[in-house]
Amino acid sequence: MASIKTTLCGIELDNPVIPASGTFGFGYEFAELYDINILGTFSFKGTTKDPRFGNPTPRIAECTAGMINSVGLQNPGVDKVISAELPELRKVFGKKVMANVSGFSVDDYAYTCEKLDACDEVGWLEVNVSCPNVHGGGMSFGTSPEAAAQVTKAVKAVTKKPVIIKLSPNVTDIAAIASACEQAGADGISLINTLLGMRINLNFKKPVIYNKMGGFSGPAVFPVAVRMVYQVFEAVSIPVVGLGGISCAEDVIEMMLAGACAVEVGTANLIDPFACKKIIEALPAAMDKYGIKNLEDIIGGAHNG
Amino acid sequence: MKQSFFTVKSNEALTENVFRMVLQGDTSAITRPGQFINILIDGLYLRRPISVCDKSEDTVTIIYKSVGAGTAKMSAMKPGVRLDVLTGLGNGYDLSVSGDRPLLIGGGVGVPPLYMLAKELISQGKKVCVILGFNTSAEVFYEDEFRALGTDVAVTTVDGSKGTKGFVTAALPDDYTSFYTCGPEPMLKAVYSACNTDGQFSFEERMGCGFGACMGCSCKTVTGYKRICKDGPVLRKEEILWQA
Repeated sequence: MASIKTTLCGIELDNPVIPASGTFGFGYEFAELYDINILGTFSFKGTTKDPRFGNPTPRIAECTAGMINSVGLQNPGVDKVISAELPELRKVFGKKVMANVSGFSVDDYAYTCEKLDACDEVGWLEVNVSCPNVHGGGMSFGTSPEAAAQVTKAVKAVTKKPVIIKLSPNVTDIAAIASACEQAGADGISLINTLLGMRINLNFKKPVIYNKMGGFSGPAVFPVAVRMVYQVFEAVSIPVVGLGGISCAEDVIEMMLAGACAVEVGTANLIDPFACKKIIEALPAAMDKYGIKNLEDIIGGAHNG
Repeated sequence: MKQSFFTVKSNEALTENVFRMVLQGDTSAITRPGQFINILIDGLYLRRPISVCDKSEDTVTIIYKSVGAGTAKMSAMKPGVRLDVLTGLGNGYDLSVSGDRPLLIGGGVGVPPLYMLAKELISQGKKVCVILGFNTSAEVFYEDEFRALGTDVAVTTVDGSKGTKGFVTAALPDDYTSFYTCGPEPMLKAVYSACNTDGQFSFEERMGCGFGACMGCSCKTVTGYKRICKDGPVLRKEEILWQA
């Protein structure tokens, strides 16, 4: 019998599949479709100190094998997340959830994380230092090792829960940033967030998206994600969560071979709301096909020596 | 919402670039006029959201304009093609507040969802008035179909080549109890200003998922942020905040 269990920062997961933040809301749209307790966990909608509407529309542009979004961290703010969203989430999801946090200053991050630290439902804090959508915001933290470390330290100071830093791929040296986060006390790294992209409408001769640029995601970015997870796995000794374009069980195996102990599935949920369920159900047969008995055994298996 | 497979039963041109497709499959998730379906098209990443024009127990009729890569591929589909479709999306129109003499106002490919709405209002014994607005006579479709339902139909064309010359607001009747509308945003704004009764507006926006997960199609309303795909596409007149 194949084992699909894995462990993320000391918490056991029934399987490595985690819907990525921003593609799964607070779970209840999906809970109408299937029992979301089959998931490893899920990373809820990126939460900030204050409520945010996000960017003007259009926020979405289609691409070959993917899409660009510029939602801009629309969320009701941490207080409302705790008072209104988490009680609803708890009705449909009994496991520990991953809280995804964004901010526009070091203090913002610490404020939001401290509040979420007090919530029993939250198992991990995933700190987004990489959202490319917000002017003058998240981008700068994720693109410098010093700034990423500063956020990591500030968050670690206010929580006992495992802190996973979610990195941007829009950098020159991903390993240096991951190492800086590890040295600052991060318990894990997740990557990749979206790649900065743009589409131009030929009729109007203007960018499709109101904010001109947005985050590119979907199957097209998978090879970039695999490469970066592979690099970060070599640079750090803390757990790595791999994401970026995963859309089938084989992608999960490939990402784990690159070094991920768990994976997040994002854009695939938007095209097929049952994507995560289908991936989890397909894992044992895919493992069998490649002679894998225990999924945890293959983590980082593609690295020599 | 339901995910299931549908088979193309027919697919025919109504005008130069407007097509009617009948799909066979499980329509049980479609509960109200004004809802939409989201179709996965081979070779394209995002699904295509298309409003429901009519449904039966095992068929759904959609009318779409070929405007881009997705609808162009759809227009070439032959009977027998199998499609992965999400059905029962969006809130749809609320029929309970129509009054005895509802007015339905559609512009261009905003006309189709009003067909199922008219059908259901008629079956409830309402006296239904319909205004169908197009640019030219060559673009007119479904005039006869609406008449066959027993509605009072007025057609407007911008160039005056058919019916009343002008926009849909040129053909407003004197007396109606409420209105329902779907069409391009400038038309919706004109209707908003010209009609004084309660009304419901169906909006369009670029969508990611179509079922409320991605926040790609959010808008601001008097009652807070709404997702066009999940909390809409129909908004009540009093909720609407027009963006500059």
